[in-house]
Amino acid sequence: MNAPVKTPEERQAELQGMGDSRLRKEDARFIQGKGQYCDDIKLPGMLHMDIVRSPIAHGRIKNIKKDDALAIPGVHAVLTADDLKPLNLHWMPTLAGDVAAVLADEKVHFQMQEVAIVIADDRYIAADAVEAVEVEYEELPVVMDPYAALEADAPVLREDLAGKNEGAHGPREHHNHIFTWEAGDKAAADDVFASAPVTVSQHMLYPRVHPCPLETCGCVASFDPIKGELTTWMTSQAPHVVRTVVSMLSGVPESKVRIISPDIGGGFGNKVGVYPGYVCAIVSSIVLGKPVKWSEDRIENISSTAFARDYHMDGHLAATEDGKILGLKVDVVADHGAFDACADPTKFPAGLFHICSGSYDISAAHCSVKGVYTNKAPGGVAYRCSFRVTEAVYLIERMVDVLAQKLDIDKAEIRRKNLIRKDQFPYTSPFGFEYDSGDYHTALEKVLDAVDYKALRAEQQEKRNDPDSPTLMGIGLVTFTEVVGAGPTKMCDILGVGMFDSCEIRIHPTGSAIARMGTITQGQGHQTTYAQIIASELGIPSEVIQVEEGDTSTAPYGLGTYGSRSTPVAGAAIAMAARKIHAKAKKIAAHLLEVSESDLDWEIDRFKVRGNEDQFKTMADIAFAAYQQPPEGLEPGLEAVHYYDPPNFTYPFGIYFCVVDIDKGTGESSIRRFYALDDCGTRINPMIIDGQIHGGLTEGFAVAMGQQMPFDEQGNLLGNTLMDYFLPTAVETPAWETDYTVTPSPHHPIGAKGVAESPHVGSIPTFTSAVVDAFAHLGVTHIDMPHTSYRIWKKLKEEGVQL
Amino acid sequence: MIPPNFEYHRPATVDEAVGLLTSLGSEAKILAGGHSLLPMMKLRFAMPEHLVDINRIPELSGVSVVGDDIVIGAMTTENAVIADPILNEKVPLLPEAAKLIADPQVRNRGTIGGDIAHGDPANDHPALALACDAVMTVVGPEGARQIPASEFFLGTYWTALNDDDILTAITVKAFPNGAGFSYRKLKRKTGDWATAACAVVVALSGGSVSHIRITLTNLGPTAIRAHDAEAVLSGQTVTDELIKQAAEKAMAICDPAEDLRGDVEYKTAMAGQMVQRAIAEALSRAN
Ligand SMILES: Cc1cc2nc3c(=O)[nH]c(=O)nc-3n(C[C@H](O)[C@H](O)[C@H](O)COP(=O)(O)OP(=O)(O)OC[C@H]3O[C@@H](n4cnc5c(N)ncnc54)[C@H](O)[C@@H]3O)c2cc1C
Repeated sequence: MNAPVKTPEERQAELQGMGDSRLRKEDARFIQGKGQYCDDIKLPGMLHMDIVRSPIAHGRIKNIKKDDALAIPGVHAVLTADDLKPLNLHWMPTLAGDVAAVLADEKVHFQMQEVAIVIADDRYIAADAVEAVEVEYEELPVVMDPYAALEADAPVLREDLAGKNEGAHGPREHHNHIFTWEAGDKAAADDVFASAPVTVSQHMLYPRVHPCPLETCGCVASFDPIKGELTTWMTSQAPHVVRTVVSMLSGVPESKVRIISPDIGGGFGNKVGVYPGYVCAIVSSIVLGKPVKWSEDRIENISSTAFARDYHMDGHLAATEDGKILGLKVDVVADHGAFDACADPTKFPAGLFHICSGSYDISAAHCSVKGVYTNKAPGGVAYRCSFRVTEAVYLIERMVDVLAQKLDIDKAEIRRKNLIRKDQFPYTSPFGFEYDSGDYHTALEKVLDAVDYKALRAEQQEKRNDPDSPTLMGIGLVTFTEVVGAGPTKMCDILGVGMFDSCEIRIHPTGSAIARMGTITQGQGHQTTYAQIIASELGIPSEVIQVEEGDTSTAPYGLGTYGSRSTPVAGAAIAMAARKIHAKAKKIAAHLLEVSESDLDWEIDRFKVRGNEDQFKTMADIAFAAYQQPPEGLEPGLEAVHYYDPPNFTYPFGIYFCVVDIDKGTGESSIRRFYALDDCGTRINPMIIDGQIHGGLTEGFAVAMGQQMPFDEQGNLLGNTLMDYFLPTAVETPAWETDYTVTPSPHHPIGAKGVAESPHVGSIPTFTSAVVDAFAHLGVTHIDMPHTSYRIWKKLKEEGVQL
Repeated sequence: MIPPNFEYHRPATVDEAVGLLTSLGSEAKILAGGHSLLPMMKLRFAMPEHLVDINRIPELSGVSVVGDDIVIGAMTTENAVIADPILNEKVPLLPEAAKLIADPQVRNRGTIGGDIAHGDPANDHPALALACDAVMTVVGPEGARQIPASEFFLGTYWTALNDDDILTAITVKAFPNGAGFSYRKLKRKTGDWATAACAVVVALSGGSVSHIRITLTNLGPTAIRAHDAEAVLSGQTVTDELIKQAAEKAMAICDPAEDLRGDVEYKTAMAGQMVQRAIAEALSRAN
């Protein structure tokens, strides 16, 4: 009996291709506890590494006494910088053109810096041995404030750089200065400011925060002394780059280095860099000839691996009396900590901060970012936007609010007036970015209508008029533009490797497929969404498409997953590889159907002979034929590789809206409403997009309302556990409302722009906008984050409105 | 985050446990739910050489009514307190407040006895015990004795317990008929200890206050009973103005420690807020 013929709609639905909210392929294993994380890897004979860390933020190491630790049964080795010196591994290059100590060499530069490592039979013995290593320090004056670091008589932090007046990004003007990077046209901006009818300025701090992924960093390094091969499982967002670095550092040929990123429990930029722990575990494995595992604990993760932000920003806007923005100037002092360990494209030491003209049509702009050393941990890579777009968007959105307040113009109105119009795309920003597409005004009106903006403003006015109101009400609005998909190799490289990404697809004889990628999922659901792109391109059901990433021995070289680059770059590589296969498949179909290629039409999952509905070959038919007897002149097999070098970045955007109620007695704020409209171009899996947005908004909420790494003047990090560090649970997380428009990217093969960082980038200034708005009638124009109850209460008191 | 080595003991009876504590001396610690002790051990702030696990002594858990008394076994977990029908009927403050302690995982193992015995002024049960006029039953080498909550909390991490004592039960009386109650706890996030918290139990007779307890959490070296604040309301028909006055009296005895939750001024002000809100809520429930 013949199976019933399926309608095109049924066939389309079966593919679960682009636009389908298919469930996440990853979840079956995660929710059953079957994920395989780094710490789940156990190898025979495996040893454990733990790290002796500095209790002080700045000091000279006088002496390290190992004997007591070495005397503990089960301890194999205790290594310090002196032991790594002969291998020239006591320092390592950073991705930002600086060097960082692997183990502290003569000096410690921040609290919790790695000073020595111990290797032991198990992690309990290792922990005891860490306690038993005695380190004697001579304390040195501590510099926590980046402005103080630049004073003439500030203590010299990096003695290793003495006499180095030329850094990786230009001249160094001071012993604690790393770089000064500028973009835009200073003279043009100065001119505009000199003659503008209105100018506003605002200083703001984007505090140092930490992404705090659920899984901390770690690795298992296993060197096989007989084969000379090094295999390392590592919580890395960029395994291929790590392989290159490890090969360069260790001298092991890249072909014999294998980095495997297993399941990763969240990255957010925290897992981009190469940490001393990785280097030490690898060295130990090579030296001892045994596998060595290192897993950070929570305190170590928060204290020592990549933090985010720490940007001290001064923004200035010039405008007409009626609120048309004419010019923007920004000066930033960026606290990079003890080593410059950012992971930006080489030419951009402040990442893509020059997106700071935002969604607005501004003719003249200039920004300058000064990188500074202090006695804090290095990093600056994270989070949920590695490339400083978060800081840039915060700056411009705050400034537009400040200007609106000064001119007494409504914050929606001032945006209407200044947003880049739809007909201006592609739009070249004053910093030289070419925004690919956008329709900001439509999105803005959609949001204002959805929330009934007018009614909310009226309610707010009533509350302001009533001194007995127990709450203050604030309204936040942000109209942001993101820049993601780094990046075009003509502009972007890391360690000289262009920021392309890659995909290899193989179609098996029976019509299922495997795709291998240069990226690596950390919760984004690549195994689900990548398959959907192939499904739509090639007519193969998503369900039978396997996606593999993270093993450098099997995956094609790629730069990894951060900066929302997976869909814009690797997603494009998939489509292009699929199209190569599609082209070959068409040749095979023409051969099988005995017609010319030009007589064929593609429909969902098959090539049909035009005008003859019954004559067709499905992709499954073609796959089999490709392995059976391909037409003359064609190689057997059906596979393709594509390395995609994007012609431009992509520019997702969003309109975010928030209503906050502040308790005048306690300073507690409650987010009554948060409405997020995102436009990420073509939507591959709406459910996953929603999930990404919920996650990004929640992390944005965390940053805005509570996260901050608090230090005292001696450089002690006071809140480095989850008792103090704010990770919101379902209880405090607001209910998110999401919405969308679709403005595809014109230069991307499937029109997709990337979404995972938008909600983080966009929501943080929205919360601040709302909190400040609650105080706006009192003349307050800005309040620094985090907006904790305590800090808000102090503000209530300062303004004399607390109950 | 890894504790040093320790020996683990698991007695089956209270006597056996007391025997172990006596013979092992001050290097031994009782292990109840472990949710205060183990974090301190992981940070190596506490390094006991012996843990005496009292989780398998059945008579230490559960709630029973003995005459006028409600006896809560020290090993009753927070979640058991929350679910217990006797407590919900007769001392509803305890289950309601327990819901504000930590998170579900911690409440699955953390015990009311451990929360009290730990002597941490940030813990919630000490102030609740004061508000309920609880009496602690303590068993030591010399046998059992009773200590009222008002004499139990001596300082931070310091209680009337000796090293070889076990807190076996917490005894309370049913609230007076028609009593209202409230526990207001300001915290930074789920699972956090109080920035400031206040428990109130109030009963009215002919519209005026016939019974009142006002107690405070994390606002001094121990939980505090705010006698002066109670005196403001006692025998009175309560007005907003009296509530404010009571809050001021309570604030006057606060002596909180500054930490990341806030400075002394803020915590004291928050004490005032919690006291006012707890009194108002308790009154609204009294009849
Ligand atoms: C994340 C987190 C959040 C928390 N938040 C709160 C909170 O908001 N409010 C709050 O009140 N608590 C909070 N706690 C503490 C928690 O409630 C603990 O469970 C409680 O403080 C201790 O009870 P336990 O049964 O776990 O005792 P353990 O940790 O086992 O013991 C604590 C101490 O008491 C001693 N001890 C225990 N039982 C007895 C006994 N019967 N007789 C004599 N000595 C004994 C032990 O030797 C030890 O010194 C939190 C804990 C965590 C981990």
